[in-house]
Amino acid sequence: MIKAVMVMNTQGKSRLAKFYEYLSVEKQQELIRGVFSVLCSRAENVSNFIDAESIFGLDSRLVYKHFATLYFVFVFDSSENELAVLDLIQDVLPSVFVETLDKCFQNVCELDIVFNYSKIHTILDEMVFGGQVVETSSSEIMKAVEEISKLEAASNAISLIPKSASGWRSR
Amino acid sequence: MGSQGGFYQSKEFLDLVKSIGEARSKAEEDRIVLNEIETLKRRISEPDIPKRKMKEYIIRLVYIEMLGHDASFGYIHAVKMTHDDSLLVKRTGYLAVTLFLNEDHDLIILIVNTIQKDLKSDNYLVVCAALNAVCKLINEETIPAVLPQAMELLAHPKEAVRKKAIMALHRFYQKSPSSVSHLVSNFRKRLCDNDPGVMGATLCPLFELIARDVNSYKDLVISFVSILKQVAERRLSKAYDYHQMPAPFIQIKLLKILALLGSGDKQASENMYTVVGDIFRKCDSSSNIGNAVLYECICCVSSIYPNPKLLESAADVISRFLKSDSHNLKYMGIDALGRLIKISPEIAEQHQLAVIDCLEDPDDTLKRKTFELLYKMTKSTNVEVIVDRMIDYMISINDNHYKTEIASRCVELAEQFAPSNQWFIQTMNRVFEHAGDLVNIKVAHNLMRLIAEGFGEDDDNADTKLRSSAVESYLRILGEPKLPSVFLQVICWVLGEYGTADGMFSASDITGKLCDVAEAYSNDETVKAYATTALMKIYAFEIAARRKVDMLPECQSLMEELLASHSTDLQQRAYELQAVIGLDAHAVACIMPSDASCEDIEVDRDLSFLNDYIQEAIEKGAQPYIPESERSGMLNISNFRNQDHHEASSHGLRFEAYELPKPAVQSRIPQTLIASTEIVPVPEPMYPRESYQTTMPSIPSDAGSAELKLRLEGVQKKWGRSTYTPATSTSNSTSQKTVNGTSQGDGASTVSSMRETYDSRKPQVEVSHEKQKLAASLFGGSSKTEKSPATGHKAAKASSHVVEKSHVPKSSLEVASEKATPAQQPPDLLDLGEPTATSTALQLDPFKQLEGLLDATEVASAVNGAPAASRSPDIMALYADTAAGIHNKNDADLLSGLSNPSVTNMPGTTAMPQVTQSSSKGPNPKDSLEKDALVRQMGVNPSSQNPNLFKDLLG
Repeated sequence: MIKAVMVMNTQGKSRLAKFYEYLSVEKQQELIRGVFSVLCSRAENVSNFIDAESIFGLDSRLVYKHFATLYFVFVFDSSENELAVLDLIQDVLPSVFVETLDKCFQNVCELDIVFNYSKIHTILDEMVFGGQVVETSSSEIMKAVEEISKLEAASNAISLIPKSASGWRSR
Repeated sequence: MGSQGGFYQSKEFLDLVKSIGEARSKAEEDRIVLNEIETLKRRISEPDIPKRKMKEYIIRLVYIEMLGHDASFGYIHAVKMTHDDSLLVKRTGYLAVTLFLNEDHDLIILIVNTIQKDLKSDNYLVVCAALNAVCKLINEETIPAVLPQAMELLAHPKEAVRKKAIMALHRFYQKSPSSVSHLVSNFRKRLCDNDPGVMGATLCPLFELIARDVNSYKDLVISFVSILKQVAERRLSKAYDYHQMPAPFIQIKLLKILALLGSGDKQASENMYTVVGDIFRKCDSSSNIGNAVLYECICCVSSIYPNPKLLESAADVISRFLKSDSHNLKYMGIDALGRLIKISPEIAEQHQLAVIDCLEDPDDTLKRKTFELLYKMTKSTNVEVIVDRMIDYMISINDNHYKTEIASRCVELAEQFAPSNQWFIQTMNRVFEHAGDLVNIKVAHNLMRLIAEGFGEDDDNADTKLRSSAVESYLRILGEPKLPSVFLQVICWVLGEYGTADGMFSASDITGKLCDVAEAYSNDETVKAYATTALMKIYAFEIAARRKVDMLPECQSLMEELLASHSTDLQQRAYELQAVIGLDAHAVACIMPSDASCEDIEVDRDLSFLNDYIQEAIEKGAQPYIPESERSGMLNISNFRNQDHHEASSHGLRFEAYELPKPAVQSRIPQTLIASTEIVPVPEPMYPRESYQTTMPSIPSDAGSAELKLRLEGVQKKWGRSTYTPATSTSNSTSQKTVNGTSQGDGASTVSSMRETYDSRKPQVEVSHEKQKLAASLFGGSSKTEKSPATGHKAAKASSHVVEKSHVPKSSLEVASEKATPAQQPPDLLDLGEPTATSTALQLDPFKQLEGLLDATEVASAVNGAPAASRSPDIMALYADTAAGIHNKNDADLLSGLSNPSVTNMPGTTAMPQVTQSSSKGPNPKDSLEKDALVRQMGVNPSSQNPNLFKDLLG
């Protein structure tokens, strides 16, 4: 089961935090800080896995991926496979918001400022449901998200952020 | 791809995110956020906000809470949004509430109804949003409210909905298995869903169900195997491919399930061999996900009934993983290796260099995984190298959690495989020195016991050598600053016991060191207590050896300080020391026999030394002792009556339901009447109460100790430490039981149980710095002795476990009853909760006075039905519970009673005369008891809390 999904930047500021078991706001912050302190001490070119038992309690592993200025972090237990989760992070997440980046910003470092907060929540909800990974195909996820965004677009006359249609993939 | 426009974000929000991103300090960030909170608070409560704006405000709130600030002022608005008709607003509302609220939040009640409605919606997107909320917000109580709708959705035409409905049911199962246990069969049914996605989702709950109860799902093995086969053979549509792998996530889940089902089941496993073999062959090892599947295959192979061919394929994959440049794959390889060596230990050998590489890798994760592997493959031939490495690593890290883990592993390995005593003690010294405060106190006790007992061989010489080397090393270590408390306790104990034993060090050397310790760690009372007792031992041994004792000046000043200490324990130890020093050699030798920590303590459970006394009393007409097992009902009453005597020891809240009193049994109480303890002197005949009051003391130590023991049973400890404190026990035992030898108080060493766990075979392994040689020492030893000894060793390991186990319960039981009991006593004595009320009530008990004036029956009729009466059964039941506890704890009680001063002070001598006295005076006990019983049955109880009532009634 997935316990938490976090996105934070390299300064430890959280960009997204989703916990699949309820935790108080204070506890959430504590965990985020704990994760960051481990992440920032990791060298480059080491494995993407961390034993997270000292932060999240028994039977918890952590997989992270460093993109530009962001860390993507999944915390889960032994019923998931580390490599598979890493693949999810590597493939599914970036394809979603990097399109924005592609179009609007020259500088990859600003990635962490622009990603779309409510959209990434929608994407995660399609992908992880009640702590279980239910959808792993990024095209399926995008299809579902698209349906929602169509509705939304229809109701919004103004859109401040330019549309993009790139199918940029992370790898 | 998706259009960004769908997820509208205003300029303001982007600016907020941006400014927070650019904030240079936490303070600046906080200021920005607080500012934002003010703005939102103001705006959100404005009337007629357009929905689109409101949606954005809520998203901003979510963002703020994610940053760790309180956004609770907006929760209600989020809840309101879930009621909205517009899907988009509703979705945002649901998103916000799932992030804001927990399942027990007060506002949930406002959402349940909406969820119910939305689950029935025609729009599947609404249904999905509602199901999402169900997963997060429904608790055990609200499950029934949404369960029927969720069940219906299992047959929804849209597969996305079916999938989510299954996950929602799974969630219900996790939260309250009983609420959906009758629906579990639905998971099996959905396994046959047309849509592979839905089938894949079903595997999640099935995996959990199977993990809990394998046997009920054995029939599914064939189905799972055939599904896996179809997936692996690419029978699914291309849409499920992922990096050219057919539905890898489904494969992974299935392999996990098969691993569970095939574990230890030859028949089931045989069904799986072909398909797993196929996957090994076909799987693409160039992609991450392909390797994930391969890794899962290895896990499966190592879990199911072994198959040589599959094991071979697994070993191949492992070597590929280990040779890879990717740290991730190496990590998986090490992990897989750890699983496989359980079945085929020989494969570790091929990978020795790779393992050493991983051990020296800068990547912490990899290093830890490798240590885990080494831990699994430790045997007596490589234990020295491995434990050495582990300790080095332990010293180098700061993570307390992992430090604790690795320390306990070192201890475990050292205890199991130690090649020599010397090595064991050195290893333990290192562990204690660097992680002393993190290891379990039991480890320290084990070490003390080991030093005291030696290795179980009848070689006193070796034992003596062991002890002197320990003493020597401790004297050296004491020079280091800042040692952990636990380690100091061990050091003090060993120095006290054996410091002067071999004559190498003089008493003044050792006492000087001990005084230094007590001074240097002056705020650690436990260490001080250990040091004081050690001092006492040293002096006692000196006196017993008829040498002249000169107390060092620093020792004298320490004693002066301790004699005035706030800690009664330290005070007592100091006084004991003073007393011992004043005695002559013979007496001291009896009190403190040298090297007697392993002597068995003889506990005369029958108290046979009292026999003459009892005989005498019985001859004078006293009632004989009635064993506890034959007086169940009586104790209730005696306890109850004796509250004022034992108030100090009988308390704590009880949560069990009250029992009705059982008056009939009372007639068994021996009549032992004296009036001396009464407040009001009463003429004997009718009034049985006094008799109860004396029953307790008159049953010498049994009842007394039982009563004290009760306290430990039924009452929750509020302040007590559950570990044993050496403090109280030492003082108790030393002051009371000279027979025992004084040292037993200091540790678990009391009980002499031989340790057979130590493997004293000497492996001849050279440690060298070369990697090759390191590898040889880790793995090489195994190659020579691999085939048969490896298994032989396993057996040895297993048996040593058994031996250990068979010992531990015995010894720890005794230790527990002897040591833990007194240690736990103080908290209980303090735990006075409600008792004062009852006991004062008893003292003022009007009933007592009434009894002198009235016939019992009169009282009964007079007070019958009075409100106070309702209390009576309660108190009775209170003690009925505790009485029950007594019977189970017979033996332990005796022990605890013995070692507890408060009880032992009063047995025999004081209690017995009362028995003799009373028996002659006693009226017919049966009569009076029956009367009392009658009164009780009528609902009047002397324990009434309302004395005034009686006064009013009776003038």
